[in-house]
Amino acid sequence: MARMKFLCDADRCIECNACVTACKNEHEVPWGINRRRVVTINDGKPGERSVSMACMHCTDAPCASVCPVNCFYTTADAVVLHSKDLCIGCGYCFYACPFGAPQYPKTANFGSRGKMDKCTYCAGGPEVDGSQAELDKYGRNRLAEGKLPLCAEMCSTKALLAGDGDIIAQIYSQRVAKRGYGSGAWGWKVAYKETISL
Amino acid sequence: MLIKRKEGQASRGSLVAGLAASGAERLDRRAFLRRSGLTAGGVAAIGSIGFGAVREAQANMPKPGKPVEVKTNMCTHCSVGCTVKAEVQEGVWVGQEPAWDSPINRGTHCAKGAASRELVKGERRLKYPMKLVNGEWQRISWDIAFDEISKKMLEIREKSGPESLWFLGSAKFTNEAAYLFRKFAAYWGTNNVDHQARICHSTTVAGVANTWGYGAQTNSYNDIRNAKTIIFMGSNAAEAHPVSMQHILTGKETNRANVIVLDPRMTRTAAHATEYVRFRSGTDIPIIWGMLYHIFKNGWEDKNFIAQRVYGMDLVRKEVEKWTPDEVERVTGVPGAQLEKVAKQFATEKPATFIWCMGATQHTIGTANVRAFCTLLLATGNVGGSGMGANIFRGHTNVQGATDLGLDVTTLPLYYGLDEAAWRHWARVWETDYQWFFDRFDKTTAPDGKVTSMINTPGIPSTRWFDAVMLPKEQVQQRDKLKGVFVMGHGGNTIPRMPDMVKGLEALDLLVVCDPHPTTYSHISGRKNGTYLLPICTNFEASGSRTASNRSIQWGEQVVDPIFESANDYWVMLKFAEKLGFARQMFKNIKMVKGKYGDEPEAESILREINRGGWSTGYCGQSPERIKAHMKHQDKFDIVTLRAPKDAPAEIAGDYYGLPWPCWGTPEYRHPGTHQLYNTNLHVKEGGGTFRARFGVEYEEPQADGSKKKINLLSEGSYSKDSEIKDGYPQFTYGMLKKLGWDKDLTENEKTVIEGIGGNAPDNVSWAIDLSGGIQRVALEHGCIPFGNGKARVNAWNLPDPVPVHREPIYTPRPELVAKYPTRPDVAAQFRVPNIGFTVQKNAVDKGIAKEFPIILSSGRLVEYEGGGEETRSNPWLAELQQDMFVEINPADAADRGIKDGGWVWVFGPEGGSKARVKALVTERVGKGVAWMPFHFGGWFQGVDQRGNYPKGTDPVVLGESVNTVTTYGYDPVTGMHEGKVTLCQIRAA
Repeated sequence: MARMKFLCDADRCIECNACVTACKNEHEVPWGINRRRVVTINDGKPGERSVSMACMHCTDAPCASVCPVNCFYTTADAVVLHSKDLCIGCGYCFYACPFGAPQYPKTANFGSRGKMDKCTYCAGGPEVDGSQAELDKYGRNRLAEGKLPLCAEMCSTKALLAGDGDIIAQIYSQRVAKRGYGSGAWGWKVAYKETISL
Repeated sequence: MLIKRKEGQASRGSLVAGLAASGAERLDRRAFLRRSGLTAGGVAAIGSIGFGAVREAQANMPKPGKPVEVKTNMCTHCSVGCTVKAEVQEGVWVGQEPAWDSPINRGTHCAKGAASRELVKGERRLKYPMKLVNGEWQRISWDIAFDEISKKMLEIREKSGPESLWFLGSAKFTNEAAYLFRKFAAYWGTNNVDHQARICHSTTVAGVANTWGYGAQTNSYNDIRNAKTIIFMGSNAAEAHPVSMQHILTGKETNRANVIVLDPRMTRTAAHATEYVRFRSGTDIPIIWGMLYHIFKNGWEDKNFIAQRVYGMDLVRKEVEKWTPDEVERVTGVPGAQLEKVAKQFATEKPATFIWCMGATQHTIGTANVRAFCTLLLATGNVGGSGMGANIFRGHTNVQGATDLGLDVTTLPLYYGLDEAAWRHWARVWETDYQWFFDRFDKTTAPDGKVTSMINTPGIPSTRWFDAVMLPKEQVQQRDKLKGVFVMGHGGNTIPRMPDMVKGLEALDLLVVCDPHPTTYSHISGRKNGTYLLPICTNFEASGSRTASNRSIQWGEQVVDPIFESANDYWVMLKFAEKLGFARQMFKNIKMVKGKYGDEPEAESILREINRGGWSTGYCGQSPERIKAHMKHQDKFDIVTLRAPKDAPAEIAGDYYGLPWPCWGTPEYRHPGTHQLYNTNLHVKEGGGTFRARFGVEYEEPQADGSKKKINLLSEGSYSKDSEIKDGYPQFTYGMLKKLGWDKDLTENEKTVIEGIGGNAPDNVSWAIDLSGGIQRVALEHGCIPFGNGKARVNAWNLPDPVPVHREPIYTPRPELVAKYPTRPDVAAQFRVPNIGFTVQKNAVDKGIAKEFPIILSSGRLVEYEGGGEETRSNPWLAELQQDMFVEINPADAADRGIKDGGWVWVFGPEGGSKARVKALVTERVGKGVAWMPFHFGGWFQGVDQRGNYPKGTDPVVLGESVNTVTTYGYDPVTGMHEGKVTLCQIRAA
């Protein structure tokens, strides 16, 4: 079975935010919830680089370890999903996540949190694939239709790659070999406990 | 079914921690804006949604199990031309899929393209026609709108003449709508019709066309994959044309290409460059002459290319000699060694391409700037082949097409100009008497009693219309001042001197704004009456073609019906033409189809009319059928050459994608289009060509001793592949065919048409006005290009500063340089109004403005927004990413003024006490003494939030001050382009 991963090639990312709006568009994610975002370091200075970040669907996901209601699960494709029926909005996963992925809608005053929302790798949730209930709670399920996450599919410079980890690692290695530089696979060590040998 | 493989230890991550640490002392632009909070007024309650759901159930999401239809259209934002695949279910656009087959975007988008679908959800769109009644917006019907507006238009015509109504069209139009709007103005009887090209690339079009024939991108985004050296000057493609970066970065990686960014601001494009050169805004010409100084000195120029294909390089050499490395550094701030390195790479690591945008064009010397760039390309032999050329990135989805189709105060469609021959050509195509047009126009009587018609007089450009409202009548060179403004698809915050523009708006009798959004015009002035807003649908709700920057034409299918009460451009123009009494003539040859509100003009039929008249620019071969076939077989086109192989389906075999103009002859002739202009390595029937012989056969060059020397302007020993004429030749006419004995190759039918057009002098009928296409066909069959084989010229003797010279900006931070490099003298009438740039510059120097306003203010684009920004700021998916108008200011300047990152500041302009209240973004992206603001904001004016002035429910999500509130005077002498990139300002904490 394929092990799905994300890889952002920081030498290609131009911070155009297509990944962010593609996600909003695909899942009608409301204002204030950002399943994906682009982070820029050294903004405006030599060495400026940007990376698109979302849930990385970690191996041994830290969010799952801390969840008091066990709402997380990992699919056969190694996508980390969660059940909004079980989630109690406690926020532990937000503190555990190395990537700041979990998001919470504000449901009332005094900062009480709603059900956690995060990147689903365009793979929906525990409901039946492609069902109305899944669509309403998690957005569209592209993976079940044989498509990859829209953020990566629409990436303007093909910086953000999604798919089988071995294949995208290979694409990245070939790219680095051809161009002679690469700042590495951002977040892989943390998320997948491995790096890409260049 | 929850499967949790194993329990793991929570590991607090290194990545975010690492990022946070490296960014701790410096907030990035996003963090800055995030921190600025989600307080934008009118924003829907944040994430206030029902139990457990990511969102409320909406009609705009797909319903499982229902059939989905896929429609193909193009992104309506920049000029790259990304295909958009729309999934439609029960008449609703429910999803967007990657358009993998498009050779241009290969499935991808930027933030705007990926958010396209929202435009047609359009919660903040203008929903029905409205008018202002005593300062209140009232809903009206389309019928009432047409009745009232046309009545007022005719009143103005009666009282002040046709020239007192001014038409502003759009780069958002389809080709068909752009053409129709130009035609509309012609039938109304004025050349006062303009569009966004005025303020983006008018100087490019004028400067480049005056160098080698056509004012357009010579190659394509895809072709940059072939380049070994790439220069960006005044272009920030990473934000303005993000998808182009896919091709450019791939090329950079594959060829290990040099990517050199010359810009006053360290842009996001510069972040991906191999060399970044920071220079002072407005000193482009000294930079280029400084590079040529090293090139000539070291003999890196392409001597053979210059000898065969360029006129005037010796005159350039003389000018270049003045620009020693010391003088260049004194004026521009760039060290000689860095410029030498860049010059060497550009001249010797070939092919090299030069990319420019509005950083170069929006200047009082814009036309001269682009001619200097062309000179650099010509001197190094970098034009007319793969990986070379002037890759001019246009700004809007169809600004290339709208320019081509004549939304321009100086020409009829397709660059025919405004002379009698041009009018007679279009009168033939339109089957309307020339005399009829002549009679529609005002006449002016000169002091000597000579009567001239306004029919041949260029109109008032978009940068100056309010001067033509406010100046004394005797200073406006037409019967009366402007009384009415009719806008279709154009923001009101796009040009400098907004406080003056507001006064102009308030003085108008009639203001009509046709747009999907109310735009700045709706809220900025104190108008109480005589103002109409008409809801036009987006191009996703209409069909038609659009021309991308690389001259490829693509067909967009209507995705859904126009939403709310909006209607398409074609129908609105038809209705006005009916009310104004010229619909019968204007739509004589245009087929009507059933539309939302009844009969409307068919886009295909309009394109066929364009084909019938579009010989001058090779818009004649791109029939709707051919373009639609290209859309259907997108996957067959190569992503580097853009060509379909010979074994592709017959309807596209051998074609270049989108039949980039010129696509010669009739559609049946099956010319493949021209991917790379002026490429002599290809046969003309395969898209090859030469420089256009546009400037005559010979030039009498004035000499120092007062004599004149005759100089050959035709190319020497250079010709396109397999040309039967092995040397330069002039443009083709019937007479020339006869001389060559090639007239026998014309068919009887073609001869009849030519002789019919020519009347008494059929020999003068040229390739550009021959409606049979015979002259083009015969020339091509003999391996020759219809427009002749001339030299490019770097001495444009008919323009101001024939060889470009440096001139300081009107508001220069270096007043001591003005004596040596002054702006051009005042002109009493340029495009019907005075240009007093010299006086303004002199006053600024005399008054010591640079001391009081010591910071250079420049402007530019953000990736999330486009143009005036009403449309994109109304899209919550985009608006969320940029919630505040801001000014970038260097840390040193901020420290001097006690300005904190994220704090409010006032930016003061040097004219009329203008000011703008914005947030400060303290960053080294701009150098010391430089500030930069994005130009997409509006809705605030001099510190006042005008949200309440919009019709209810149509206010964009995000509002902010427009940079043009504080920008200033200054106009290019050739095109009237404004100075958008250099003015002065002062900044204080608010």
